[in-house]
Amino acid sequence: MNETPILWEETIQPGATWSHVLKRGTALRITDVEGGANVGGIFYNFECPVERYNMPDTLKAQHIARLTTGSVLYSDMGRILLSIIGDTVGWHDPIGGTSNSQLVESKYGHATYQEVRNDYHKNGRDSFLIELGKWGLGPRDLVANVNLFSRVGVGEDGTMSFSPGNSKAGDYLELRAEMNVLAILNTCQHPLDPNPTYQPKPVQMAIRKVAAPAADDRCRLSRPENGRGFTLTERYFL
Amino acid sequence: MTSTSTLIESKLHPAQAIYRQVIPAGEPWIYEIQKGRYFRIVDLHGNQAVDTLFYNARDYSERYSAQDTIQQQRNIYLTTGTKLTSTCGRPLLTIVADTCGRHDTLGGACANESNMVRYAIEKRHMHACRSSFLKAVIDWDHGMSKRDITSNINFFMNVPVTPEGKLSFEDGISEPGKYVEMRAEIDVLALISNCPQLNNPCNAYNPTPVEVLIWAPEI
Repeated sequence: MNETPILWEETIQPGATWSHVLKRGTALRITDVEGGANVGGIFYNFECPVERYNMPDTLKAQHIARLTTGSVLYSDMGRILLSIIGDTVGWHDPIGGTSNSQLVESKYGHATYQEVRNDYHKNGRDSFLIELGKWGLGPRDLVANVNLFSRVGVGEDGTMSFSPGNSKAGDYLELRAEMNVLAILNTCQHPLDPNPTYQPKPVQMAIRKVAAPAADDRCRLSRPENGRGFTLTERYFL
Repeated sequence: MTSTSTLIESKLHPAQAIYRQVIPAGEPWIYEIQKGRYFRIVDLHGNQAVDTLFYNARDYSERYSAQDTIQQQRNIYLTTGTKLTSTCGRPLLTIVADTCGRHDTLGGACANESNMVRYAIEKRHMHACRSSFLKAVIDWDHGMSKRDITSNINFFMNVPVTPEGKLSFEDGISEPGKYVEMRAEIDVLALISNCPQLNNPCNAYNPTPVEVLIWAPEI
C-alpha cells in the first residue's frame, strides 16, 4: 500500500466517544494500542443521514458474518460507505451489538462520575446516543453497529461465542471512505466480552488522503456484488 | 442443524381468534397488538419469508433490535423462548410456540437498492420488502418514515452462518401450515412485509400468502 502523509492523529480514550465526517478520498487507520480493544461504530451518509450503515445488506451482499480486508460496509441504499483496505486482525464483528446501562451495571457494578470522576462506567448504547445527539440525530437513527477488533463466532447450532485476545497491541485496520461518512464511534467493551472487570481500551486514530479505488481494487474485486456496489456509489457523485 | 431445534405447538384454536387476516404475497400489513395477546403467523403454503418489525406502540423510537435479541440469548436463530428485544433492552414479545424450528434475523429485508447490488443493476424495478414497509408506514400516518425501518426478523427464512464466518441464503426449512406464535409483553405495533423476492430461494421462487391471527387471553 502506498503510504501518504498522515493529516492528523488522535487517541480515543478508554470508554470514550468520538465522531467525525470522514471525507471521500481519505482513510482512517485505527490502531489497537494495548491489545484487546473494541470500537463500536455506526456510519451515516453525512449529506442525508437517513442513509445509514445496514448490517444485513453488508452481510448478505458479501455472504459474510465477519469483516476483514476486502470487505465493505454497505448503506441501506446500495452504496458503499467504507471499505476495509488494510487489516492485521482478520476478524471484526458485525453481529454482536452493543452494551446498555443494565448490562454494564450487572457486569461491572455501579460507578458514577461523582465517585470516580472520568472513570465512571460508560455503555455503548448511551455512548452512541450522546454522540448522535451532537449531530441532531437520536434513537430513531440508532441501528445495528459493528464492533471493530472483536470476534464473535457462530456455532453450528447458532450459538454465539466471543474470542478473547482477538486483537493484539499494534494491530490495526484501515477504513477508506467511499462517501462523506459521519462516523459515530466509542471504545466501550464488547457486550459479550467475558472479562469481569470494567476495562475498556484506547485506540489511536490516524487520517490520511488515499487514491480513489482503482479498477483492480481488492475491495471492488472481492465479490461481483461489490463491483456493482462501487458502480452505484460512483454514480451517486455524478 | 434443524434437528436440534425444539418444535412447540400452541393450544390456541383458530376458531377462537379475535382477528384473522390473510396477507397476500408482496403486500404489507400493520396492526397494533395489545399486551398479553397472542399473535400467530402461519406459513400457509410453505417456505415464505415474512419480514417483520415491531415497535413499542406508545413510542415508536423504541423498536425491535436484531442485535439485542441475539446478544441476549447468545444465539443467532429465533425460536420458542426467544425474547424479541427492543433497542431499550426489554422484551417486546416472547415466542411461545414454533412448529418451524428456527427463524432468521440477520438477513434483513430486500430493497430495490440491495437487489441492484446482489443481483443486477437492471433489477431495481422489482418489488421489494422495504418498499412495502415504506408504503405501510406512510398509510399508517403516525409520523413514521424510513428512519423507522431497521433490521427485521425473517420468519420462516433460513440464513445459516458457519463457524468460519460465512453466511448464505438457503432453501427454507418451513412447510405448508407451519407457524410461529408470540405473546406481546407490552402494547406493540407490528409491521409485516410478505416478501416478494424472486431472486433467491427465500420464498422458493414463488411468493405465497400467509395468515396472521390474534387471540385475547381469558380474563
